[in-house]
Amino acid sequence: MTIEQTSLRAGRPRARGTAARVRATALGLLGLVAVAVIWEVYKVFGPDDGVVVAGHRILPRTTDLAMPHVWEMVARLLGPTTSQAGAAPLWLTVAQAALVSLGIAAVGWVVGTVVGIALGVLMQMVRVAEHGLLPWVVLSQTVPLIAFAPVLKNWGAQIEVGDWRWPQWLSVAVIASYLAFFPVAVGMLKGLQSPPRTHLELMHTYDAGRWATLVKVRLPAAVPYLLPALRLGVASAVVGTVVAEVSTGFMDGIGRQLVSFAGQASGDPAKAWAPIFGAVVLGLVAAGLVGLIGLALRSYRRGEAT
Amino acid sequence: MKMTRRAFTAGAGGMTLAAFLAACGDSNGGNSGGGGGGGGGTGDGDLTPVKLQLQWLPQAQFAGYFAAADQGYFAEEGLEVEIIPSGGDIVPQDALASGSADFCIAWVPKVLGSIEQGANLTNIAQIFQRSGTLQVAFADSGITSVADFEGKRIGSWGFGNEWEIFAAMAAEGLDSTSVSIVTQDFNMNAFLQGDIDAAQAMTYNEWAQVLEATNPDTGALYTPEEFNVIAYQDTSGAMLQDSIWADAGRLADDPDYEATAVALLKAVIRGWVYARDNVEAAAEITIAAGSDWGPSHELWMANETNKLIWPAANGIGVIDTAAWQQTVAGALAAVNEQGQHLITAEPPETAWSNDYIEQAISDLGSDVDTLGDTYEPITVTLVEGGN
Repeated sequence: MTIEQTSLRAGRPRARGTAARVRATALGLLGLVAVAVIWEVYKVFGPDDGVVVAGHRILPRTTDLAMPHVWEMVARLLGPTTSQAGAAPLWLTVAQAALVSLGIAAVGWVVGTVVGIALGVLMQMVRVAEHGLLPWVVLSQTVPLIAFAPVLKNWGAQIEVGDWRWPQWLSVAVIASYLAFFPVAVGMLKGLQSPPRTHLELMHTYDAGRWATLVKVRLPAAVPYLLPALRLGVASAVVGTVVAEVSTGFMDGIGRQLVSFAGQASGDPAKAWAPIFGAVVLGLVAAGLVGLIGLALRSYRRGEAT
Repeated sequence: MKMTRRAFTAGAGGMTLAAFLAACGDSNGGNSGGGGGGGGGTGDGDLTPVKLQLQWLPQAQFAGYFAAADQGYFAEEGLEVEIIPSGGDIVPQDALASGSADFCIAWVPKVLGSIEQGANLTNIAQIFQRSGTLQVAFADSGITSVADFEGKRIGSWGFGNEWEIFAAMAAEGLDSTSVSIVTQDFNMNAFLQGDIDAAQAMTYNEWAQVLEATNPDTGALYTPEEFNVIAYQDTSGAMLQDSIWADAGRLADDPDYEATAVALLKAVIRGWVYARDNVEAAAEITIAAGSDWGPSHELWMANETNKLIWPAANGIGVIDTAAWQQTVAGALAAVNEQGQHLITAEPPETAWSNDYIEQAISDLGSDVDTLGDTYEPITVTLVEGGN
């Protein structure tokens, strides 16, 4: 216990917290404004046909079709989704779909994180497992998602246990977890292997077993590696969810809206951007929620570059 | 401090999960179509569950199926039909062949390709009697017929939607390498911005998208006069499109499946008759079934879809031998820009059958007008953005 407290639980001074956070938020908002300004400035001064170099368009067209004004996109978000009586405002329609996707991504991320941590621990504790599993873990990420998603959906559609039928969203969550576990497994393994030899040898002199060493030295030492891995994992889970929704034809998430509103972009260019913003906010919220875990574990984050 | 943060984390997670579960609950209710007209609850045990795989997102192209669900026609035939939309990488005939659907809606040329690859499927109803594919060019482009395609940038969605183009070009003696094929997106922006000389468009969807877009030069919506429109139906490249496919193996071995096929077709016929006679209501039903289009675009689509079905000279869904032969001939003749053939041999006899649709029409009797001789389309006014 004393070892842990003195060497690994060196807390950080708390005072700089509030001021720094206010500044970070302000800078974040400023960045958002800057993007909007750059968008409009380019739209005014950029050539209508964009910039084409050697047959490839490296900067987009500036027409209203390709780049609607920022205020048009905002106004569109506030307007009704369609002229159908009782249609919800577009922002609400998008938010509802994004919330569904967030839920699926969360399930995928949790499953992926549990599997990733378990794999990391297994690979650290059993040397054979590291050599046997790690190549497969890497290989798993090279399977193209669009090939894999419909197959998984087919399998899922055939699973029925009593009255329970495999819901379609679960296929999406499984794909999200499949992408999310990878950075977690790799980060976890790296983190568990990170304690300096002196720490491990000290534990050895205490006659501590492998489990005691794992719990008291390796796991705390893994936290600075695990937290960035969790953030990478959540980004993968969100991307995986959106792509898998499109691939499996899942109807209620942001992925379907990206496709169907893109189909309406010729007549309603601003509308097609709404689910894109929805997906961005979804990613930010997901990353923010994972950031909260970092706050809870901040005593262990010694040496992590933040 | 620590406690409140933890509580906040838990609370946020819980809310997300709750909202998510609520949303999923909704979707389950919305997707299963059959229960609508039935007794509900306990009566569902008598209904035969059927999975019908569509080939795209919910839209009025499929209005008849949604109408059959909404009006309770499926339930009256003893079926509980789950209508499964696509809109991604789900290929309907693959879903059918792999057993994750019982029936599917797909275009004939695409399935002919799958059959040659080994899928054992049968076309049991040719719902669309005519091709709805257009190639749209600006009026000043000089493109007025397929023969003018040579050297131009021709748009297509790919994924098997391109074969009519190559069949029509083959009939004109044009090699597929004499054009440059540009893959189209889900919208008409590439065409409107000049990246494509002639874009592929369905009468019921993308053609309307063009007419819902603003012409930046005039500030008003584009009008049909500003374009040249080539309809593949008028060329020898025309191919049969939306049809209902069944598993040929199950048709041969399973009398229950055959009975289900006839029951499904009876309900589907009544659904399309409803959509013909109540086009506005059919568009509304499609929106309620989860379509994202605005009401004006949906109504346009329902109306144009009706035009592809009605009038049906031999009765709705009956496969016209000449049209089938033309589709097969086109499929045999077509070679894509990579030199690939869609099919290299005539499809097997099991590829189509009029037995089930004729049985369904005869079962329905004279109460249902399956010919639509007096059908007249309505006039739909498109508005900006299709909203």
